[in-house]
Amino acid sequence: MADLINVIESWLFNLIVSWGASQGLAQFILQVLGSLLVVVLCFVIVIALIWVERKLAGRIQDRFGPNRAGPYGIFQSFADIIKIFTKEYVTPTGADKGLFNIAPVLAMASVLAIWAVFPFAINVIGADISVGVLYIVAIGSFGILAILMAGWSSNNRFALLGASRSVAMLISYEIPMVISLLIPVLLAKSMKLSAIIDAQRPWWFLIVTPLAALFFLISSMAEIGKAPFDLLEAESELVAGYHTEYSGMKFGMFYVAEFLHQYTVGALVTIFFLGGWTGPMAATWPILGVIYFFTKTFIVYLAISWIRLSLPRIRIDEMLDLNWKFLIPVSFLNLIMVAVADRVLMELDPARWIYVGVMFVLSMALLLMSLIVAGMTKPAVERVEFPSRAVAVSPQSDRSKS
Amino acid sequence: MSLGLFIFLLMVVVTIVAAVAVVTSRNLVNAAMWLMVALFGAAIAFVLLQATYIAVIQVLVYIGAIAVLIVYTIMLTRDPDEKHVPGVNKQWPIAAVLSLVLFLGLAYFYYTLPQTNVLAPTLDGDLNAISQLGALLVSPNAYVLPFELASILLLAALIGSIVVAWRK
Repeated sequence: MADLINVIESWLFNLIVSWGASQGLAQFILQVLGSLLVVVLCFVIVIALIWVERKLAGRIQDRFGPNRAGPYGIFQSFADIIKIFTKEYVTPTGADKGLFNIAPVLAMASVLAIWAVFPFAINVIGADISVGVLYIVAIGSFGILAILMAGWSSNNRFALLGASRSVAMLISYEIPMVISLLIPVLLAKSMKLSAIIDAQRPWWFLIVTPLAALFFLISSMAEIGKAPFDLLEAESELVAGYHTEYSGMKFGMFYVAEFLHQYTVGALVTIFFLGGWTGPMAATWPILGVIYFFTKTFIVYLAISWIRLSLPRIRIDEMLDLNWKFLIPVSFLNLIMVAVADRVLMELDPARWIYVGVMFVLSMALLLMSLIVAGMTKPAVERVEFPSRAVAVSPQSDRSKS
Repeated sequence: MSLGLFIFLLMVVVTIVAAVAVVTSRNLVNAAMWLMVALFGAAIAFVLLQATYIAVIQVLVYIGAIAVLIVYTIMLTRDPDEKHVPGVNKQWPIAAVLSLVLFLGLAYFYYTLPQTNVLAPTLDGDLNAISQLGALLVSPNAYVLPFELASILLLAALIGSIVVAWRK
């Protein structure tokens, strides 16, 4: 019972071998089944998440959210799925048909492929490759490509504008994200995800380097492209940004990919900073590790939802300022500081809790100092105060004034 | 046919078709997309050679950075549909001769290589390979000078782009 997933796996392996398949073929079939299982699991999670998210959004924005289909509206997502399948696919005139159709698939695939390297428990790992962290970053870049393809191939100005904003934002926010990811790699001395989790056995990296965790969270929220960083699909400016022209299931794939990306970021934060599957008894009972992993991921997911539902969209100059003038320099400083402190403490070899305490204090001091310095500098764009005007003005009086 | 051979053949066909499509495609954005497929095929070749690190770096640098930059530049600079412009210019015979010479040279070089039946030595784990690579890059006996020169070059490019974009 403790090692449920591996028990099922070895049972299936023996079953397939007893049917006359070779060992290698059985292994291959099991790998295909495992990948399918992860993909199906992702979709099931997304169906549940969409309901949770909408209910939470309703609660935060002081309304009901879905409440008609089933108790508390839990069947709303299923109704939406059936509706979206019956919708017509519209391809705009002048669209590049090939790219237009590949883009949603690529958006979906770029998120799903990241799940291939996740360690769900001590012995439930898809592919424990030695360059796991780099793999995650590399696959993430396909998402940018999908947005570019969708925006360009739609033959729509708003879509193209959304896509060009995506490049300005997603590529520049990749820099602090990758530097923040370097810090767990540096502390664990490995790019293997299982080794990074092993290094967090007693103390999570959230406590060792809280600043890196914070910066990773901020820059991955920008990578998701949702509020407050939803400039690439800003409803009030760009209709729907890069997926303006998509309908039916093609739109659905972008929508699901977005939700799944947010959940994936939750999983990444869990793996790099919250100790992944670790928890009480998780090493002896691997099935508990799976539960811990998904619970932690869900908590981070809810935290991201909470942030994005509370904050308004930031302006494009604020977005660039935050990245280039704050996140990137401070994360470089943080990387240098962590590297030096880790090396010095390794030489001194103090007790583990002293090491963690010193790292925590250093991280917090750097955050405080950088916030003070940032507060002293002037913003690049001065805030202009417009004279206040009445909420409702008749068109005649408005025209006479201007 | 083993699975590895099947994947290899698939990779070869996809890469070559994509590479041909890069030069024959009349739409610049489509050509750039085909270029990405070809580069991804090269990444799969590295995976088949068990060079995981190089494969991931290939995807990260060529597809994640360079190809996205190419597509973005093409999208913003001009009309990418160049049906009214001929696909080749006056220099195509020279280019054809040069490519043929290069191909023949490579083929000759390949056939004169000593053919051995020795199997590739098994690597002692990928993790070691990465730390060895890192150690070699900063070791004074190995590649520290090229490494530092490359970083100075990148820094110069960075400062140069700031100077070009500086608001006067």
